[in-house]
Amino acid sequence: MSATDAARLDVTQNLNPEKAQETAAVPEAGRNQPAVKIKARNVDFFYGPKQVLQGISADIRERRITALIGPSGCGKTTFLRTINRMYETVKNARADGELLLDSESIFDLALPHLRRRVGMVFQKPNPFPKSIFDNVAYGPRVHGLANGARLAELVEQSLRGAALWEEVKDSLHKSAFSLSGGQQQRLSIARALAIDPEVLLLDEPCSALDPISTAKIEELLFAIENRCTLVIVTHNMAQAARVADYTGFFLTGKLVEFNDTKTIFTNPSRKETEDYITGRFG
Amino acid sequence: MNRLTWRKMVNAVMSSVTALCALIAVVPLLFVLGLLVVKGTSSLNWAFFTKLPVPVGETGGGIANAIVGSAELLLLAALFGVPLGVAGGIYLSEFGGWGVPFVVRYAADLLVTVPSIVIGIFAYAVVVLPVGHFSALAGGFALGVMLLPIVVTNTEQFLRTVPVWLREGSLALGAGHWKTTMSVVVPAAMQGILTGILLALARVAGETAPLIFTAFNNAYWNRGLNQPVSSLPYMIWIYGISAYDDWHRQAWAAALLLLGLVLVVNVLSRLVLARRMASRRIA
Repeated sequence: MSATDAARLDVTQNLNPEKAQETAAVPEAGRNQPAVKIKARNVDFFYGPKQVLQGISADIRERRITALIGPSGCGKTTFLRTINRMYETVKNARADGELLLDSESIFDLALPHLRRRVGMVFQKPNPFPKSIFDNVAYGPRVHGLANGARLAELVEQSLRGAALWEEVKDSLHKSAFSLSGGQQQRLSIARALAIDPEVLLLDEPCSALDPISTAKIEELLFAIENRCTLVIVTHNMAQAARVADYTGFFLTGKLVEFNDTKTIFTNPSRKETEDYITGRFG
Repeated sequence: MNRLTWRKMVNAVMSSVTALCALIAVVPLLFVLGLLVVKGTSSLNWAFFTKLPVPVGETGGGIANAIVGSAELLLLAALFGVPLGVAGGIYLSEFGGWGVPFVVRYAADLLVTVPSIVIGIFAYAVVVLPVGHFSALAGGFALGVMLLPIVVTNTEQFLRTVPVWLREGSLALGAGHWKTTMSVVVPAAMQGILTGILLALARVAGETAPLIFTAFNNAYWNRGLNQPVSSLPYMIWIYGISAYDDWHRQAWAAALLLLGLVLVVNVLSRLVLARRMASRRIA
C-alpha cells in the first residue's frame, strides 16, 4: 500500500455511512437527486481589478449539506459571501455571472429579503451585546415576524433547534457574553434559525472551537438539514467527510471539482483534488 | 569588564534615567495638589458648600452658587455638545465615505486646539451680542462648543473598535445599515462613548476663559438660564486676583474642590474603561 493510499484510507474512515447512502450512485446525472436550491453558472468575482473567483458553476441541492474545501485564499469563503451578497460591505467588490436562489437571481433580490432567506453563521462566534433572548429575537424583530408570547415561543423553538435551550432556559436575560465559545456559536446558529431561512451558510463555524463543541455543532447540522439547505466552508477535511453530502474543492479561485462527498474523497477525478485530500499540499 | 556586566550596567543606568524623568514629570502635579490641600482644606466647611458669598470684611459665607452654577453650565454644555457630538461621531465612523468625513475630522482636530478664549469670544458674538446680556445659556454654549470636537473624535474612535464581524452578524440577518448601527454597533461601544463624554466634561469643567465673555459671574443664585451665572473656575479667578486674604483662602478651597471632582470623574471613568477592555478580551 502506498503512502497516498494510506492517507486516503485515513480520511475515508471519517466518511459517514448514512451520508454515503443518501447520495449513493449519484454522479450519473439526475437519479434521486434532490432539487437544486442554488444554481451557480460562471460566477466571477473581483476585488477591484483583482479576480478572485473564476467561472464557478455548481448545483447546491436542497436540504443537503454541501461542504466547500480548499487551501486558504482559494475563494471558498468569497463564494459563500457571494450567496448572501455579504461581499457588498467591501468597497469595489463585484460579482458577475448567474447565481440563482430557486429560480430568482440573487443579484435581483432585495437585500433584506435575500438575507431573510439565506442566513449566515460566521467563523468567530459573534453574539450581540444584548441578552440571550434579545440576540435570538433580533432577526424576528427586524423582519416584524412576531412579538409578545409568539416571539417568546419562536425564541424557544430556535434555541431548541440549536440544542442550546436546556443550557440557557433559566438565564435568557443574561448577557450573551456570559456563554462559553461553543455556546455562543450555537447561539449564533439559533439567531440565524429564528427567521427560518431556506439556506444557511456557515463560514468555518468550528474553527474557533474545541473538539467537544465541534462535535455538538456537527450533530446540530444533521438536525437542521431537514429544514434548511446548508453550505459549510471548512478547513477540516475530516469534518467535510463526516458531515457533507456534497463537497466542492476550490483552488486558486476555481471550483476544481464538485461531487458527492464519497466520490471526492475516494475517487476524485482531478489530480489536484487528490493531492489536496491526501495532504500533499494545503 | 565583560560583556554581560556591561549590558547589566547599561540596563540599570537607562532604567534609572527614565524613572527619574517620569518622576520629574509628575512633580508639578504633586506640588499643585499638595499646595491645594495645604492651603484649601482649612476653608472647606459646611458653609463653604451651602452658603452664598458674603461681602468683603464679613467672615464665613460660601460658594454654593458657583458649585450649582458649574453644574448648570456643564449640564447645558452636555445638552448641546453630546447629542451633536455623538451623532457626528456615528456619521464619521459608520456612514462617512472619503470627502466629507475627512473635512469634518480635520475640523474637529483643529477645533480642539483653538484657544478657549477664542471660543468664548465666538459665543459672545453669536449668543451674547444678539441677546444683549450675559447668560448661563451663552456659557453652556461656549463649553458645549469646546466639548463638541472631543466627543466627536472620541465617539468615532470607539465605534471603530467595534469588530467587523459584529456588524456583519446583524447585516446577515437582513437588518439595514441604520438598524445595525443603532442596535448593535453603538451599544457595543456605549461604555467607551459614555466614558469619553465624562472625561470631556471633566476637561471643560475647569475652563475659565470661555466663561468670561458668556456666563460672566453672579454673586447670588442664578435666577434663570438667560441670566449670568457664577462658576467654580470663574470664582477661583476673581477670588484669586483679589486683594483679600479671606477670598484667597476660598479660592484655594474652590480649586481643591474642582480638582477633586475632576480627579474622581477621571479615575471612575478609567476604571470603567479598564473593566470593559478586560471583558472584551474574554468575549
